[in-house]
Amino acid sequence: MLSLTDVSVHYGRVPAVQQLSLEVSEGEFVGLVGHNGAGKSTTLWTITGVLKPSSGTITFLGKSIAGVSPDTILAQGIALVPENRRIFSRLSVGENLRIGTAARKDRKQADTDVKKMCERFAALGRYFDRKGSTLSGGEQQQLAIARALLARPRLLLLDEPTLGLAPLIVDQVFELLQELHEEGVTILLVEQNAARTIEVADRTYVMRSGGRIAFHGTADELAKIGDFETAYIGMGSG
Amino acid sequence: MTESWRKYATICLSAACALALVLLILSLQLGSPSTAIQYTLDSMAYGSLYALMALGLSLLFGVMGLINFAYGELIMAGAYTMFFTRSWGWLGMILITILIVTILSLLTELVAFRPLRNASPVTLLVASFAVSYALQEFAWTDGLGLAHQFDATIGTGPQKGVEPYPWLTNQFDVSGVLVSKLEIVTMIVTIAVVVGMTVLLKRTMLGIQLRASTEDFRMTQLTGVKANRVISAAFAITGVIAGIVAVLYVFRNNAVAPDMGQGPLFVAFVGGAIGGLGSLTGAALGGFVLGMIINILGATLSIQYKSHTQLFAFLLVIGILVFVPDGLIAFRGSAVARLWAKFRKPAVEGTTP
Repeated sequence: MLSLTDVSVHYGRVPAVQQLSLEVSEGEFVGLVGHNGAGKSTTLWTITGVLKPSSGTITFLGKSIAGVSPDTILAQGIALVPENRRIFSRLSVGENLRIGTAARKDRKQADTDVKKMCERFAALGRYFDRKGSTLSGGEQQQLAIARALLARPRLLLLDEPTLGLAPLIVDQVFELLQELHEEGVTILLVEQNAARTIEVADRTYVMRSGGRIAFHGTADELAKIGDFETAYIGMGSG
Repeated sequence: MTESWRKYATICLSAACALALVLLILSLQLGSPSTAIQYTLDSMAYGSLYALMALGLSLLFGVMGLINFAYGELIMAGAYTMFFTRSWGWLGMILITILIVTILSLLTELVAFRPLRNASPVTLLVASFAVSYALQEFAWTDGLGLAHQFDATIGTGPQKGVEPYPWLTNQFDVSGVLVSKLEIVTMIVTIAVVVGMTVLLKRTMLGIQLRASTEDFRMTQLTGVKANRVISAAFAITGVIAGIVAVLYVFRNNAVAPDMGQGPLFVAFVGGAIGGLGSLTGAALGGFVLGMIINILGATLSIQYKSHTQLFAFLLVIGILVFVPDGLIAFRGSAVARLWAKFRKPAVEGTTP
């Protein structure tokens, strides 16, 4: 479904991601873990068209999407739940949800989907007319995920959805992601919480400093790699 | 009563209180209530035009972070369009003016700003300066001489004028207060534009997209909103407002000149800063307050200080900015919040056994 081959991204002359190759198949739950500054978010910004790769190819459903504008990439079926939620704090909860349907042409169905989303996430229905800024961190995360889902994506990208949330809410977010996966949503999850990600994902890529993939595999395969921890924390990079 | 209705009710109440205060001060100063009403009405018409000017500049600042210095030249272009179409009848002249200014606004976006989409705000600012001066210089040359071919009757030099419409500008007596149709039209048009913009921004998908863009442009794109369409819409709306401002401004002053946009631009900028340039309501409020201040000072200052009206007006502006650096709209928000908190019933706690 999504394929990155030898993708490199630079900020000026500084390499942020180097020769990254990554695959996500339809219906799969894939994790991308690594510590802060490894290049995980840069990878997602590149997939969604915010950043242009300096080399390599990115294809989605067989078509090249490298350098395509973010709105076109969303229209093709990739939605992002960004780091720190980035909900529109001055817009109401309802308006935040409605803007999630901006790219859709089926307006009536879109309105029905907004109602359904409010039933699924009760807090969003309860605070429908309140400004986004009045929601708690966990509710804002629900709103960010609901907003992305309303675009009816074929692939959902999530950038550190548990960042800054209380442990109980972190559990709820991971449960929600598992639910979505069981419903057939294809997921690429970027997280610093490696243990939880490896546990819920079908496969996980481990990124080391400098934006290179150190390992990838299922939870069982990663457990067999002896120096996983060493590579993950960056000491093994050579 | 919903939150938004409560907000509108508070705004209307605050405006009514402010006007009552202005009337009271003017009555005491001028010694006659009817003269005070006269000055208040004149100031409201003046303030309304200023509010419109600030509104047009504020929208682009909100969406793109762009202080569009070419905004004044859009008004100037509208004034020249009025001059060249003055024989078409007032309705035709108004419609073609708004249309031409809207098209020009869209053209400036397409030619000067779209290629700089990812440029820094400073680059955008310089680009807007360039567009502003290019349009102004074009006007100084009488459109590179093309104007004379279009209309052989126009005289040499850039100064031109649109003849006044007496039925619009002549004042009539209402219980001792003189008022012109133009003043009434200016206030009605401003209210209509503010209400229209509010409905557009609050009730339509385009409005939600525009408001989202003002907050986080990149994230708006990531929700699938077409950035070029939203920005073009913002330029089109700015063009319509600049066209309306041009019409009201020329009907009021009649003169048309290449540098005539500088005054409205300055007013829009300062008014926007007083009210809060990032907020449409704030910008309109700031423009209105600035217009009121200038006009009321003009009316109440003694004869030896009258020629220094602008000096006192801008000293007041500095005072406002010192106390409310984020604009009046930010002050209003916090004041309303504090006031409302006093009236709110305290939450009932411990009801669960």
